Amino acid sequence: MIETEDLVEAPPQNPVEPYLRTDRLPHIWCPGCGIGTSLNCFVRALIESKEDLDRLAVVSGIGCSGRVAGYVAFDSFHTTHGRAVPFATGLKLANPALKVVVYSGDGDLFAIGGNHIIHAARRNVDIKVICVNNFLYAMTGGQSGPTTPPSSITTTSPYGGFEPAFNLPHLMDAAGAVYVARWTTFHVRQLTRAMIEILHKPGFCFIEVLSPCPTLYERRNKLGDGLDTMKYYKEKSKIRHGAPTSEVALDKRGEIIVGKFVDRNRPEYLELMRAQHRAQLGDRFVEAPACLCD
Amino acid sequence: MARGFVTILIERCKGCGFCVEFCPTKVLAMSSAFNSKGYHPPHVVAPEKCSGCDLCGMFCPDFAIFGWKLRNGKAVGGGRES
Ligand SMILES: Cc1ncc(C[n+]2csc(CCOP(=O)(O)OP(=O)(O)O)c2C)c(N)n1
Ligand code: SF4
Ligand code: SF4
Ligand code: SF4
Repeated sequence: MIETEDLVEAPPQNPVEPYLRTDRLPHIWCPGCGIGTSLNCFVRALIESKEDLDRLAVVSGIGCSGRVAGYVAFDSFHTTHGRAVPFATGLKLANPALKVVVYSGDGDLFAIGGNHIIHAARRNVDIKVICVNNFLYAMTGGQSGPTTPPSSITTTSPYGGFEPAFNLPHLMDAAGAVYVARWTTFHVRQLTRAMIEILHKPGFCFIEVLSPCPTLYERRNKLGDGLDTMKYYKEKSKIRHGAPTSEVALDKRGEIIVGKFVDRNRPEYLELMRAQHRAQLGDRFVEAPACLCD
Repeated sequence: MARGFVTILIERCKGCGFCVEFCPTKVLAMSSAFNSKGYHPPHVVAPEKCSGCDLCGMFCPDFAIFGWKLRNGKAVGGGRES
């Protein structure tokens, strides 16, 4: 299976392998799908930030992107559709020593799960959300959703969509996220760096990852394959750190503003809750043990 | 003499071409051969140009390729320096 030019010694294994359930590979994602590239970046972020995998949990909802939970070789939750954020919130509150990462799709997080995510951001729950945005509901056959750019052809908009789309960074900024960034699967280094940053930043952090869905979005819209989409990301992306999120809305194949838009500090939910309980209950307030996982 | 090496896991590849397109020194090309699933994997056409930077490894959605270096006769994977 392994082929190397200049075979010098036994070749090392792919550095990401210890973090993945390799017995489940090849994964179900289509050729040229960007979800795997995003996961690749995530694993590299875990390696570089030397995360303690015994203190990490990945929570996904349902969808192609939600499959991530099934491929990582550490604690993960494949939850119900739209409920990744409430599962993650419960996990974090019950076991604050855990680092909790939500990894899911735009439909899962912002259509059926939309209410959950805005309130998690408002409360500044200490969870890290990675949203793979492929502009539609891929797993169920490519229906349009709240992130589908107007005029896109999808299963449910055969003549082109007309609904305005959410601008996810703007929504998350307004709801109170302390970290908001957007990258594409072309920006592997920047995306990896952003993932490292959110792993280290307390509070509700959000990264939107634009990702090709060649099988449904690109094909129906006659936009080529995954590689064509990656070239489009390369050509049409402009890095503007700190750009006002109101200015980063996307349209079909237009310019893409990427970068870190928001990086601020706000008291985190558990901190606020503890302070309130201490103030109101005094001696009667008993701190939960720091870690329940030992 | 190559400063780096690239390993391709042919059977895991789905032929997307990301690695070929984005290798900074054009070490790779798509092969006309098929793997057992019918995809065309990449192959190495300019080994001497490989820096072992592992950019191909970062782009690959299928974990099917990675670059590495030799340090003191030992393989150092993933483009990292340690
Ligand atoms: C309660 C419920 N409603 C609907 C579905 C059907 N369903 C499965 S995945 C999905 C959408 C997934 O879209 P997204 O989150 O964008 O992920 P993608 O597949 O695009 O990665 C839907 C509607 C479901 N599984 N459960
Ligand atoms: S349908 Fe789209 S999102 Fe789902 S695996 Fe295929 S390319 Fe990826
Ligand atoms: S990036 Fe990976 S899956 Fe795509 S052609 Fe290269 S080795 Fe194959
Ligand atoms: S390790 Fe770097 S130089 Fe070598 S093939 Fe991969 S991308 Fe090209």
